[in-house]
Amino acid sequence: MPTATYDGTAVEVNDEGFFTDPDRWTEAMAAQIAKEQGIDTLTDRHWKVIAFMRAEYAAKGTGPTVRALGKTSGVTVKELYQLFPKGPAKTAAKIAGIPKPHGCI
Amino acid sequence: MGESIEKVSIIVSKGSLEGVYPALIMANGARAEGIEVDLFFTFFGLDAVSKRYHEHIKLATVGNPGLHVATMLGGLPGMPAVMTHYLERKMERLDIPPIPEFIEMIADTGAHLYGCQAACDLFGLTKDDLVPQVEEIITVGDFFQRAAGGQIIFT
Repeated sequence: MPTATYDGTAVEVNDEGFFTDPDRWTEAMAAQIAKEQGIDTLTDRHWKVIAFMRAEYAAKGTGPTVRALGKTSGVTVKELYQLFPKGPAKTAAKIAGIPKPHGCI
Repeated sequence: MGESIEKVSIIVSKGSLEGVYPALIMANGARAEGIEVDLFFTFFGLDAVSKRYHEHIKLATVGNPGLHVATMLGGLPGMPAVMTHYLERKMERLDIPPIPEFIEMIADTGAHLYGCQAACDLFGLTKDDLVPQVEEIITVGDFFQRAAGGQIIFT
């Protein structure tokens, strides 16, 4: 399993760079992961989505898809793509330290 | 990770429920992966973005062996409506949006939607007949220019 070092801590990630153990994630790691994903600054709106991803994962064991995010996170699909142009659910999950969300819709 | 797809151009040529949904699901899924998407609606595929028909896309109950319904039964009046309603309810449970809402969502993801010039001429359609998410009516030549460097999917 590959490892990545965020905020001075080595963490296990899968081949696509998603955390294998979400408990290893800390808020201090988010900015560096975001930079790797091409997001230079995490705004309050980014954090709203990241917090939502973490909460959904904690509650359901899987992160939400873009459609679910758009319906329930309080951030519209349009804004989600402005915040995370390379795919909101996928990118936000990576920054939030949870596995890649599954689901086709 | 190996090579990744950067861009897809999806041609929607059919106006049946089972003709339209796969294209929309692939378009939406591609955007979720960060892939650039163009959708090109041609021939009966235009129904999916036509103000008149987009809420009335039906499942083909005749000439559709996958449905496992005898052709003569499939041809009975009301069958397309009944079967479509049945499938729509199943899709609702899976949170698959109805076509008009799906088109709006896909446009919101930043995908680009175009109508086919030749098909619009053939059916006497103008941009006003299509939903506002369709950016432009373009020629097949324009389509290929926009598709350059990406993958083309015909449905």
